[in-house]
Amino acid sequence: MKYHAGVKQYRQTYWQPDYRVKDTDLLACFKITPQPGVEREEAAAAVAAESSTGTWTTVWTDLLTDLEHYKGRAYRIEDVPGDPGRFYAFVAYPIDLFEEGSVVNVLTSLVGNVFGFKAIRALRLEDVRFPIAYVKTCGGPPHGIQVERDKLDKYGRPLLGCTIKPKLGLSAKNYGRAVYECLRGGLDFTKDDENVSSQPFMRWRERFSYVMEAVKKAEAETGERKGHYLNVTAPTPEEMYRRAAFAKSLGAPIVMHDYLTGGFCANTGLANWCRDNGVLLHIHRAMHAVIDRNPHHGIHFRVLLKALRLSGGDHLHTGTVVGKLEGDRLATLGWIDLLREPYVREDRARGIFFDQDWGSMPGALAVASGGIHVWHVPALLAIFGDDAVFQFGGGTLGHPWGNAAGACANRVALEACVQARNEGRALEREGADILAAAARSCPELEVAMQTWKEVKFEFDVVDKLDAAAAA
Amino acid sequence: MKYGTFSYLPEMTPQQLRRQIDYIVARGWTAAIEHADPAQATHTYWQMWKLPLFGEKSVERILAEAEACRRAHPAHQVRLIGYDSLRQTQGAALVVFHA
Repeated sequence: MKYHAGVKQYRQTYWQPDYRVKDTDLLACFKITPQPGVEREEAAAAVAAESSTGTWTTVWTDLLTDLEHYKGRAYRIEDVPGDPGRFYAFVAYPIDLFEEGSVVNVLTSLVGNVFGFKAIRALRLEDVRFPIAYVKTCGGPPHGIQVERDKLDKYGRPLLGCTIKPKLGLSAKNYGRAVYECLRGGLDFTKDDENVSSQPFMRWRERFSYVMEAVKKAEAETGERKGHYLNVTAPTPEEMYRRAAFAKSLGAPIVMHDYLTGGFCANTGLANWCRDNGVLLHIHRAMHAVIDRNPHHGIHFRVLLKALRLSGGDHLHTGTVVGKLEGDRLATLGWIDLLREPYVREDRARGIFFDQDWGSMPGALAVASGGIHVWHVPALLAIFGDDAVFQFGGGTLGHPWGNAAGACANRVALEACVQARNEGRALEREGADILAAAARSCPELEVAMQTWKEVKFEFDVVDKLDAAAAA
Repeated sequence: MKYGTFSYLPEMTPQQLRRQIDYIVARGWTAAIEHADPAQATHTYWQMWKLPLFGEKSVERILAEAEACRRAHPAHQVRLIGYDSLRQTQGAALVVFHA
């Protein structure tokens, strides 16, 4: 082969519509908005090139390697339903392009420089198929759903949590009081707000100590196992591990990490630490909406979720569908399957572009949090099923009689709905009757139902599934 | 003291209990019965009442086993479990008789 310096069209090397995808390939679906005048095939090939082996010009060292073995290939183009200005490009990457067990490395390639590429007006990574060969190199959730249920002795229902508010400004002792009241009232978990790390008003060590005293007291009084997500997200990995080790020394069953602001390197390390130390890991997702909400540019949440399952976490916030934060119902059903199930099939109606085989990698609990209260329980149970945590922050702490009454109301509402579901009743149609009947023997629930009767969050979804937007 | 799922609701009537057993059977889970002295109810392992009722699909026979356990151990908590062998967990676990 002779070396020809200069610029070639990307499509000459990176557009290969007859390519037969290998089981070991990592597959990606991008939604591309090309610049005017750039052909689809060229834009797709450019994305494949710039996210794998290519650069803007040929270089003589191309000839020292086997590009046929290493290059990514755009192999299919599809219309975006109802959006003629954009298209989907499918790209196959050979598994050897990626370091084993490194979500960091995969993302650096797939969503690296290519997202700022001038020939593309906007670019969105819609979905990724991680081959089972790659999944097997990742640690995944430190424990998973089954182990968590056994450790905490919780069966046959979703778990209940609450984020402690006000999220900033409480002293450690007052904060512990709020935790204790929630847990003794009937919740399984309380949670540090993600904004709480170690500020001047409440340093982490004091918070951890008071909170664990509260957890143990509530456990002794109720006979049930409980926990509080102690946020160990920290300025440096060293500090993160120091806080996690102290949490473990106090007997904390679970710690918490913000995986996007903390970063995948820290998250994967903490997940490994949690696996080694028998501590559950709750994952918060601050910053996700910056990355995933724009339907034309960024990374879809289902990809961020898959990356988290590989990196490791036993819980992940997934939206509520019914609460105050964005989340399309069918899309949410799709990604909670991707979080929890061992095998998920392609299903465009739920925004899933590829079959995904997780092998024996554990699943994680879906966490529904944000603007939810007792009236939402029937719908939440219908949407999420048992393998979830419902977190009522204001919906617990805002009860007129205090946290313990709010917690009790939520627990009674949940158990009444689980009982009704098991009896074969239609939760979403009969929800109001089910709750009203339960409230007759629980004044805390009756008051909660009066307090939040009118609160709804009915705004249109910004990030609609393309199929739904076209309909 | 509380004893897990449904312990915040009023005690179930026999008819309500039958519906929960029916749910376990309908899901293809294996019913099993355990009991414990209330002082040891927070332990992970309770005493088994016989082996799990493998293959048993009769709601009445499962309820009768739970009642037999209660008669034999009137001062104990009696718990009904639905073992889900596919997910390798307990799909259901509820205290059906309190001491």
